[in-house]
Amino acid sequence: MTGRSTVDEDPRHPLGGDRASTGRLGDRIFGGLATTSGILIVVLVTLVGVFLLWQAVPSLLKNEANFLLSREWSPSGANPRFGILELAWGTLITSVIAMIIAVPLGVAVALFITQYAPPWLSKPAASTIDLLAAVPSIVYGFWGLNIAGQYFQPVLSGIDGALGWLPVFEDQGTSAKSTLAFAGMILAIMILPIVTAISREVFAQVPTTHKEGALALGATRWEMIRVAVLPYGKPGVISAAMLGLGRALGETLAVLILLSTLSANADWSFSIFNGGSTFASRIAQGAGEFDTPQKTGAYIAAGLVLFVVTFVVNATARIVIDRRKAFTE
Amino acid sequence: MSSAQVDHAAAPPAAGVPTPSAFGEKSGGRAVKDVTARVVMWLAFGIAVVPLVWILGSTLVKGGHMLVDSVWWTNSQSGITSRRVGGGAVHAIQGTLIQAAVTAAMSVPVGVLTAVYLVEYGRGRLARTVSFMVDILTGIPSIVAGLFIYALWVTTLGFQRVAFAVTLALAMLMIPTIVRSTEEMLKLVPNELREASYALGVPKWKTIMKIVVPTAFSGIVTGVLLGLARVMGETAPLIILGPYTKVIATDLFDGLMATLPTMINQDRTEALQPALDRVWGASLTLILLVFMLNLLGRFVGRFSKVKG
Amino acid sequence: MKNLRFGQFAGLALVGSLALAGCGSDDNSGSGGATGGAGDVACFEGTLNAEGSSAQKNAFEEAAATYNEMCPGATVNYNPTGSGTGIKQFIAGQVDFAGSDSALKTEEKDGIVETDAAAETCGSPAWNIPMVTGPIAISYNLPGVDDLTLTPDVAAEIFDGKITTWNDPKIAAVNAGVELPATDIKVFFRSDESGTTENFTKYLKAAGGDAWSYDPAKAWPASGEGKEKSSGVSEGVKSTEGGVTYVEWSYAKDNDLGIAKIDNGGGAVELTGETVGKAVEAAASDGEGNDLRLTLDYATQEAGAYPILLVTYEIVCSQYADAETATKVKAFLTHMASPEVQQGLEEIGYAPLPSSVEEKVTTAIDAIS
Repeated sequence: MTGRSTVDEDPRHPLGGDRASTGRLGDRIFGGLATTSGILIVVLVTLVGVFLLWQAVPSLLKNEANFLLSREWSPSGANPRFGILELAWGTLITSVIAMIIAVPLGVAVALFITQYAPPWLSKPAASTIDLLAAVPSIVYGFWGLNIAGQYFQPVLSGIDGALGWLPVFEDQGTSAKSTLAFAGMILAIMILPIVTAISREVFAQVPTTHKEGALALGATRWEMIRVAVLPYGKPGVISAAMLGLGRALGETLAVLILLSTLSANADWSFSIFNGGSTFASRIAQGAGEFDTPQKTGAYIAAGLVLFVVTFVVNATARIVIDRRKAFTE
Repeated sequence: MSSAQVDHAAAPPAAGVPTPSAFGEKSGGRAVKDVTARVVMWLAFGIAVVPLVWILGSTLVKGGHMLVDSVWWTNSQSGITSRRVGGGAVHAIQGTLIQAAVTAAMSVPVGVLTAVYLVEYGRGRLARTVSFMVDILTGIPSIVAGLFIYALWVTTLGFQRVAFAVTLALAMLMIPTIVRSTEEMLKLVPNELREASYALGVPKWKTIMKIVVPTAFSGIVTGVLLGLARVMGETAPLIILGPYTKVIATDLFDGLMATLPTMINQDRTEALQPALDRVWGASLTLILLVFMLNLLGRFVGRFSKVKG
Repeated sequence: MKNLRFGQFAGLALVGSLALAGCGSDDNSGSGGATGGAGDVACFEGTLNAEGSSAQKNAFEEAAATYNEMCPGATVNYNPTGSGTGIKQFIAGQVDFAGSDSALKTEEKDGIVETDAAAETCGSPAWNIPMVTGPIAISYNLPGVDDLTLTPDVAAEIFDGKITTWNDPKIAAVNAGVELPATDIKVFFRSDESGTTENFTKYLKAAGGDAWSYDPAKAWPASGEGKEKSSGVSEGVKSTEGGVTYVEWSYAKDNDLGIAKIDNGGGAVELTGETVGKAVEAAASDGEGNDLRLTLDYATQEAGAYPILLVTYEIVCSQYADAETATKVKAFLTHMASPEVQQGLEEIGYAPLPSSVEEKVTTAIDAIS
């Protein structure tokens, strides 16, 4: 959360290397070390992909179910059958719910901190929201299950009563605190500080001239935000949302503690009030029983898919930032 | 935070005063919208604070009494079963601190050097690739990092699940945060300093080591501390790589080492009050540890010679 | 300024906690209540490491704690990472012995024959020694119903989702005189792979007949809502009216859940240490010599025998390469099998080994070298 933009503050890039380098031994060693570190990172990320793939392939080859479209998960034995459909669905739904809550809320909180809060409150308010990021995932999960969860039952019943005719809101009889919806809400709290921190930084950078211009033309505070702050901050908000999404997709412990899993023969349901599993929670659940390479390989295959998905999300965030060149994180 | 002052100076004209406005005449609808937006923003902040206060409150109320007992800070859980009251968390606190220190020792050189590369040396395609990969590494879920190290350390190399493997996974998560924060700090070091140094005939590597890095030093330390705060609470790689134990262990390469997150993870699966008390106690200890690192990081940041 | 002071405080506190951590102690003697009497225990100096089943975790830790009280120089570590991992670690030679919910497998699974692999590591046959018997309780949450009896086929239909309300005629038929509410039945199952699930499905398969069509497995094959570990399922039942699950006795007791009596055909049997012991006694031993693998008769109709249970074995080498390790293993297991420890286990939700089995176990432990 230390991201500070340096764009526009010093348009000059620090001095070029080649001209200043003296070609002396010390320079060659130091430059070599720095470059090696850089390359190490590239190698590391590549290794992650390669290793996961390498370990997953033998199990995938033995898999007798469709890996992408099956809901089964029995990776051991002579006839392993496992697929990620249920995991993909659980991951998608919890992340989407988290985004639907956290992005608007995070943007609103960022606007509050940068545009509305009185000066004395602005900084403490920002630090307070940052503190949310200091609470470990496992504590969120334990708290959600034992303290907060019980208050979600009436919410669920209320929504089910009003909108239960929609398949998405159909009550499946799962305990409220163990539904995808509640897990998504806890994830929302967890990614809120990320979304807020990055949005707040872009909003703080909106050129004063833009804002004063709008106000001088007679805009109200809200209109000024709409015409000056939000358009300027849009790419930053998008990248904030993507980074938040990246985090939500891979969150493990809170989801593992909260979610009820579905039984092998459960009917497929689109309801957010159903239980389920995410990639991360399924892997964590199996972590104690990685006893044969074949079984471990199945979990690693799920991890590989999660890696690819987060890779794509983060790469997209990066591209959005690069293209707009409005913000760097 | 100059924006706030600007807003005050440029407060909208009082209602009723006819102003030629590109937004049209001040109508009731616009004023209502403006007030509504203001209320919504305040409300949003209020909503965001609720879970924080709630979670800290619960942890404090349910775990506070554990931390007051001095045994908590001096003893391990050795010989304590889930039905017995007593014992402390020192084995877990110590494990968490040891692993954090080792993680930092591995991540800081790599992270800082990579940042130096990106800012001082990197040009062209390789630099763009490195920068891109740092972003990707930032986004790698902790469980994937754990799984990768498991695939490497246990399945491929045939080693045991030990504390060192945990620190490898944590380092993967910590390196990108250090790279990014250091990079920002290095970019803030004025070019005039570099130019002056070069003009005196100082070689580039000495300029970086003696001028650039020291100037940005406290900013880098802040980045390291905040990065540490982030990885300390990580649990996912630990449940794959570092099973819990009740006794004090200091060997990174042999046997198991307890940490606060795995202590929470172990005791949360018990039904009885002594174990649940320990969960809240360990949670509170962990939160306090992370808070303190955060505060310390911000505190060190105050001495930074370059300001972001 | 305020932040400055905060920072100093944080720094101090951090240094303080580091300093504290530097002089921690593993000595918690005197803080727990000693249960076992100080009999003639053979003490060893040093550390003994075991890993495996989480089902016997509480029993093992209790035994380790009492052993440590009598032999302060000895440390016995148990890491409840799961039966599969325990066996894997034992085969890899990483732990001195393993705890497992099932005996070493004699047939190939995923390319490994556990018995052969373990024997290769030991350089001698590995033995399965039954040590802890953990009854599995069918636990329910029905306010006002303190007395519930289930037959295997009714249980099978409940856990298969075929019987959906508590006042179903089939349940009523075996519970004459009990007023059953119309509450919906909510089945909770273990979402992680577990020996408890394996043994419970073995029971349903063996005793439930046609009512249960699934094969026994570590992963739950039928319907319901999945919860993590024993604590998860018991918490689920506790917080859900109409909930029912299968869980280790200790969790059912600790959470004050209702425990169903089981009627395999020989009359309703309440879950007590005695009724479980009777079932263990009736189990056939199919191992050779001191390899004491048991075959439980889940369908037993013997009056007063509680049939749903799980036996945790300690898996040991019959001949350790290192004589010192053999001494340690023998010393600790002798203590764990002793009547003092076994009787104390009932209090924490396990059943003591019946004396006939205990005798064989002691003989086997004595034969370890």
